Amino acid sequence: MTLRVDIAHAYPGLALEVAFDAPPGVTALFGPSGAGKTTVAHAVAGLLRPDRGLVRLGDTVLTDTARRLHVPPHRRRIGCVFQDARLFPHRTVRGNLAYGQRRADAAAFDRIVALLDLAPLLPRGIAGLSGGEAARVAIGRALLSDPRLLVMDEPLASLDASRRMEILPCLERLRDEAGTPILYVSHAVDEVARLATTLVMIDRGRVRRAGPAEALFADPALMPLFGPRGGALIAGTVAGHHPDGLTEVRAAGGTLWLPALAAAPGAAIRLRIPAQDVILARTRPEGLSALNVLAATVTGVLADDAGVTVALAAGGPTILARITARSAAALALTPGTACFAILKSVALAQGGPD
Amino acid sequence: MSAPFLSPAEWQAVALSLRVATVATLASLPLGLAVAWVLARRRFPGHALLNGLVHLPLILPPVVTGYLLLLTFGRRGAVGEWLDGFGIVFAFRWTGAALAAAVMAFPLMVRAIRLSLEAVDPRLEQAAGTLGASPVRVFLTVTLPLILPGILAGAILAFAKAMGEFGATITFVASIPGETQTLPSAIYALLQVPGAEGRVARLVWIAVGLSMVALILSEALSRAVTRRVRGRR
Repeated sequence: MTLRVDIAHAYPGLALEVAFDAPPGVTALFGPSGAGKTTVAHAVAGLLRPDRGLVRLGDTVLTDTARRLHVPPHRRRIGCVFQDARLFPHRTVRGNLAYGQRRADAAAFDRIVALLDLAPLLPRGIAGLSGGEAARVAIGRALLSDPRLLVMDEPLASLDASRRMEILPCLERLRDEAGTPILYVSHAVDEVARLATTLVMIDRGRVRRAGPAEALFADPALMPLFGPRGGALIAGTVAGHHPDGLTEVRAAGGTLWLPALAAAPGAAIRLRIPAQDVILARTRPEGLSALNVLAATVTGVLADDAGVTVALAAGGPTILARITARSAAALALTPGTACFAILKSVALAQGGPD
Repeated sequence: MSAPFLSPAEWQAVALSLRVATVATLASLPLGLAVAWVLARRRFPGHALLNGLVHLPLILPPVVTGYLLLLTFGRRGAVGEWLDGFGIVFAFRWTGAALAAAVMAFPLMVRAIRLSLEAVDPRLEQAAGTLGASPVRVFLTVTLPLILPGILAGAILAFAKAMGEFGATITFVASIPGETQTLPSAIYALLQVPGAEGRVARLVWIAVGLSMVALILSEALSRAVTRRVRGRR
């Protein structure tokens, strides 16, 4: 089921004009604060009536201003998870979860409770919940309303890094097991890299680029939009775990070594290589503490105000390196140059718990 | 109940006051809730006018309010004459005392409910909508439970005000023992009788006691419900 959005809405200071398709999977609306992401999410959920435009989910038209059609939020079957969890204070956790259930379906209830690890919280009131717990309850509550689409508006933005790490695996399980398409609004590159299958990049009310997440993360021209935490995503397979605490991962470009992953051998995983953590060398480096060195060929060099982004073909996949203009000149990097990419860090982006 | 503490006449006044205040409070509660909701949640031309109208009895001399009630709901009043056709009579009946008390207490009730409505985060109601709840269900399952303390506080405050209403009541329905002579009217009537200071004092103490009980009850109830609504651990 594909979500089609084509809307225009004017605010003082922002003229939003956005059109994109969100195929099944997780579609991330990514962009800086104030870009208009939340407005789009609200228009999809029916909480905002756009000046002009169309919102269609599968075959169901939800908003069509040309026909003066606007299905109210409670008839859209679109679950929402907001940045502030918005739990009902006069209900227990169990009462919150059950609120949107159309019919008492014990099996579905138990499945969601297990998926989000909510069992110990059920009898509690919501006043004592931590931010992470409240976020999980809000996600469970939205899921139990049996939505055709889940809209998540910066659900992790109010949480600290460790809480975020607690929720992200839940969201990955959700994407991989629940099968509900998700529109995920975020300005955090890490979250988007882990979760998104499709990326819609929004800036100042316009779609800058939209497409498969891996292709966009590997595009050097988009580096300034991702900021310092951008970098390529590459696919790999867990080859095995070694007694010294390292996991061996086969990627198209070669073998990578990561600190012990929980994924079983044979599991397909997605790795993120932050461009800032890639060092380039013209000759094969020796006597180096870095474990992951890939032979690569420069395919593109793109300078911007803040530095230079170098695209490299490492066997199959593209990886990006972020270096200074001075280094780029010193190394005389041009398309076709053979070099070595030293990866200071490789992070698991998705495909099983860390 | 009447024997040891109160003479039958005194008990009559106290019982009438309790009945008038109870009916005034319960009968005006639905309208009070509706007006509070409209004032808190809707913006429309005439908003300020409605707000002023609701608060008018608070500012107007009670005798003016009573006189206006007499003009409107009296036997020959515009509305009174019409209602007479249905057998509904306010003039010089205890129901008239209840109407006067309700009008006078209305601003206090609306104010308390409106404040609690304005304290409810509309984003909670929005969230309930995205979970599939219709606007009516959102009101019944989210808004209403959250404003319950305000409704209770408003009702008890209105009740206490209705118990003590005097000026508008005596102007509208006079002071007929057993029919419209409430506790304050009875005190006023006794003050005209020489040598009745002892009986006045007893009624005064009863009035003070009833008011205190109502206020303490209001506080305790709203605290209990506030705890529940704020969410427990």
